Amino acid sequence: MSEAATLPGLQDALALGLSEAEYELICEKQGRPPNQVELAMYSLLWSEHCAYKHSKKLLRTLPTEGPSVVMGPGENAGAVDVGNGLVCAFKVESHNHPSAVEPFQGAATGVGGILRDIFAIGARPIAVLDSLRFGEPHLKSQAVPGSARSRGGAAGIETAEAKGESGEAAGEVAGAGAGAGARSRYLLDRAVAGIGHYGNSIGVPTIGGEVYFEAPYEQNCLVNAMALGIARREQLVRSAAVGVGNVVLLFGASTGRDGIGGASVLASAELGEDDDKRPTVQVGDPFEEKKLMECTLELLARGLLVSLQDLGAAGLTSSASEMASKGEVGIDIDVSSVPLREADMEPFEIMVSESQERMLCVVEPANVGAVLELCEKWEVGGAPIGAVTDTGQMRIFKAGQLVGSMPVRALVDDCPLYDLRPVKPQGTPFRAPQALLSPPKKAEGDAAGSLDAGMAGGWTGNELLLALLSSANIASRRPLFEQYDSVVQSRTVRRPEQADAAVLAIAPHGTTKAVDGVHDTGAAVPGIAVSIDCNGRRVAADPYTGTVAAVLECASNLACVGARPLGTTNNLNFGNPEKPHIAWQLTEAVRGLGDACRALEAPIVGGNVSLYNESPPTRVSAGPIYPTPVIGMVGELPDVRAAGRSGFARAGDAIALIGPFAPSLHASELEKLWGSELPDGLPAIDIDAVSTAQQVVREAVRAGTLTSAHDIAEGGLAVALAECCLGGGFGARVSLGEEFFGAEAAGAPGRGAGGSCISPDSAVAPTFVDRLFGEGSGAFLVSGEEDALRALGALAPVWILGIVGGDVLQIEWLPRAQGGASISLTLAELAEAHGALAVLFA
Amino acid sequence: MKFGVLQFPGSCDEVDALYAARRVGDAELLWHGERDLKGVDAIVVPGGFSYGDYLRAGAIARFSPVMESVLAFARDGGLVLGICNGFQVLCEARLLPGALLPNANLRFTFRQVQLEVVEGDTAFTCAHRRERDLQMDGYSSVGGGSPIEGRSTLSIPAKHSWGRYYADDATLASMREHGQVVLRYARGENFNGSLDDIAGVCNEQGNVFGLMPHPEHAVEELTGSTDGLCIFASMRTAVEGARV
Repeated sequence: MSEAATLPGLQDALALGLSEAEYELICEKQGRPPNQVELAMYSLLWSEHCAYKHSKKLLRTLPTEGPSVVMGPGENAGAVDVGNGLVCAFKVESHNHPSAVEPFQGAATGVGGILRDIFAIGARPIAVLDSLRFGEPHLKSQAVPGSARSRGGAAGIETAEAKGESGEAAGEVAGAGAGAGARSRYLLDRAVAGIGHYGNSIGVPTIGGEVYFEAPYEQNCLVNAMALGIARREQLVRSAAVGVGNVVLLFGASTGRDGIGGASVLASAELGEDDDKRPTVQVGDPFEEKKLMECTLELLARGLLVSLQDLGAAGLTSSASEMASKGEVGIDIDVSSVPLREADMEPFEIMVSESQERMLCVVEPANVGAVLELCEKWEVGGAPIGAVTDTGQMRIFKAGQLVGSMPVRALVDDCPLYDLRPVKPQGTPFRAPQALLSPPKKAEGDAAGSLDAGMAGGWTGNELLLALLSSANIASRRPLFEQYDSVVQSRTVRRPEQADAAVLAIAPHGTTKAVDGVHDTGAAVPGIAVSIDCNGRRVAADPYTGTVAAVLECASNLACVGARPLGTTNNLNFGNPEKPHIAWQLTEAVRGLGDACRALEAPIVGGNVSLYNESPPTRVSAGPIYPTPVIGMVGELPDVRAAGRSGFARAGDAIALIGPFAPSLHASELEKLWGSELPDGLPAIDIDAVSTAQQVVREAVRAGTLTSAHDIAEGGLAVALAECCLGGGFGARVSLGEEFFGAEAAGAPGRGAGGSCISPDSAVAPTFVDRLFGEGSGAFLVSGEEDALRALGALAPVWILGIVGGDVLQIEWLPRAQGGASISLTLAELAEAHGALAVLFA
Repeated sequence: MKFGVLQFPGSCDEVDALYAARRVGDAELLWHGERDLKGVDAIVVPGGFSYGDYLRAGAIARFSPVMESVLAFARDGGLVLGICNGFQVLCEARLLPGALLPNANLRFTFRQVQLEVVEGDTAFTCAHRRERDLQMDGYSSVGGGSPIEGRSTLSIPAKHSWGRYYADDATLASMREHGQVVLRYARGENFNGSLDDIAGVCNEQGNVFGLMPHPEHAVEELTGSTDGLCIFASMRTAVEGARV
């Protein structure tokens, strides 16, 4: 060993994020203290990011098999069968800490990384979605629209502090808020720009996504990116290195010092306040990746590669070791053969560099020439850097001289796994959100009060609806998705805001060319739908039920376009798992994820875990983020020509509510506006009842029975009605009768399974506020012929609520004598409130 | 009738353009590194980010080998259509007047835009029957714009960061005089700040045409609109008419 003279010691190991016990175990596995190269490689492969030390045991409990699963967890991405010999590959991954340090490059390379995962298994990327979380943008100071103001929405918001209840807190936080809002807006702006920069430049459409704004994400934003790809089943390639004597070839960008130690330093520790980790953030080049993608796909199409793996976190170290481990072989690498950006790089730097846009492949010696020729055609660098051996060792050479040697098994499989020590915390560890509306006075006997009276804190229905529509979590996402190309590749049948889920035709191009991409041939057009979602505040209130709700939300979105779930991917974004209450959140969330995916027969085919999402407490946000298990779900449609839309589209259509309608204000957007503490637990969900409703809606959409279908989520029924009106440019007249509000609603026509998931405290007669703005899983707002809608009552709970038409949303309930009231707003008023996010990008 | 669609490293919409062209004729891709245009009857310079567009949109692509052949092809009167990045390339190559600057909002912006057909008799719009009264037709957001029926506005998606058309006064005056302003953004649709709402222009001879919106992404109802087809259909009509 050349560097035996300068052996690093325990202190270096600790500095690299290893524990003393882990360092000793490494010495034992090596039979001696590791040298610099070896320690660097162990520290990365034994990091949380690469070894899943704290989550692996939990993840083993998830359902990963099903009739549609072609490739499950463990490969670069999962894949499900979508018919006609084609598979859909997909996966979600996080790039949280890099984005918190440098949002533009962090988000951009997050997209680049997930795209490489897709084409690393031989699939052509066809779509990207993103799931973002930021701190409060503090819209209220400048965003609440004028007409809302005149109608009282904003006026109410301003008086919120004046009224005193939350005045002091609100005043104080508003002060802290200004700065905090500025940072959140900066992170949002740059992260969105970074995602667009990469996706738009590489010709892969960004077809959907979601964003939530909550104080706990202020210092630790979340940037999760999901990608989908299509491949012929026989074209899928695995990453296991095989064939002793085969050549290990690195192609793509050259290797530099960027991103050194990213996985261990950034991804596996809590964020500090300083930005001194900026140099560990990688820099992306979409043009380089575009060439790399086309080159890779042509190499695979020509059958020139034995196995393939992309270089992501931990660079050459993890990709080479994992290829060797999966193939149960050894690999020799000579770092002096690696094309470098900087001549004087140390062997360990070359091995751990996270330079982007690189792939590692195994090639038969006879094909090396052909591979390098293709690399030249695409102007992509390529160099043989090593060989597959039967030694079972990862051996690193520098100009032929051995500088490091480690048993592959020790590197990849022998990292100790830790048991979590979950403890349910007493009450919520999270602070109450800043109140934007003065909360209701919980007067006795006020339960059946009207929105005009004390029940809603003095707010009218109009004011509450406008306040919700203009709130950061509900306002239109158009200012974000207008920065993304959603149509390149000519597959996009449903764009953002046209439907609850994005819909893609599998044709025309990529790996399939049905009639040269011409869909309108009279034949059915098979397609896929995809949704990504997670309401972290609900998960924070109840990790198990909140996670079940997130999975059901994705499936409901798919149902609204007529898609049946095929598979699920997930990104578990949590705090420090060594803390008992975080361990509890993680354990409960994974239990909910497993239960929901089993019930929906939508197995987990891949995913990612991002832990240690914590930062120093500030006045507005405590350390850990809301637990955020982001769910991505892919479904199939036999014919996208029948894909559903969310907006009302035909005057005279009847409007119906379908499914178990059990709204509650627990952790709802309205409770957030009121500044309520997170509840300790959410009402239980009857997964089967929700699943049944989803099937009914899905089949009705496929049959063309429904003109529109939209699931009732954040903001409840009133917001869903407003969204359907805005989506289609139609007003609606809705009248809610007694049976709809009373406890006897349980006996309403067609009401069945729904009754079983009324929340515990709704034994108290549900209030108007609950019914109009409460949230819960499994209820859908649909429109169509009244008779057809009534007929669905035989299969699921159905209420006919009203009729589509005009340019006003009118919601009336009960005669005023019985405490009735109404909401009445024009489309223009709704649209202005809904456009509240525009100021963030002005 | 055969279209040739150029393919640069960094092209993104070339396959979409290929399929769009195949709806009205034959089409094949032409690799940037080759000079042989393979006897095609018309050229499409597609959208994307040729060579990464790191210097300036289209600034490098104009120097590629295939572009030398395209320049000659255009000089001989061959039809050349430039879409988005292709439009930028044609301006950089001086085949078209004016230049494209960063959007007024300084952001990449995607939007389904309504386009007003100013010149309905060019080789790129002749399949489109011009109606004098715009109001009769209105701005439908989806479909209906088949070459047969014709309409006076087109619903086509635009997506770019550098789409703000600019030309100096003298150039603009001469363009107006020679009917080179072919497409305009309809009222309220000019999101990128283009001078005079200009969305698409042709050269004085009328055989080279460039536009920022993407007609290749508006060729079927299923994905939003068929209004873009008339651009390709017009080119076919022009080429085959010339043959007779």
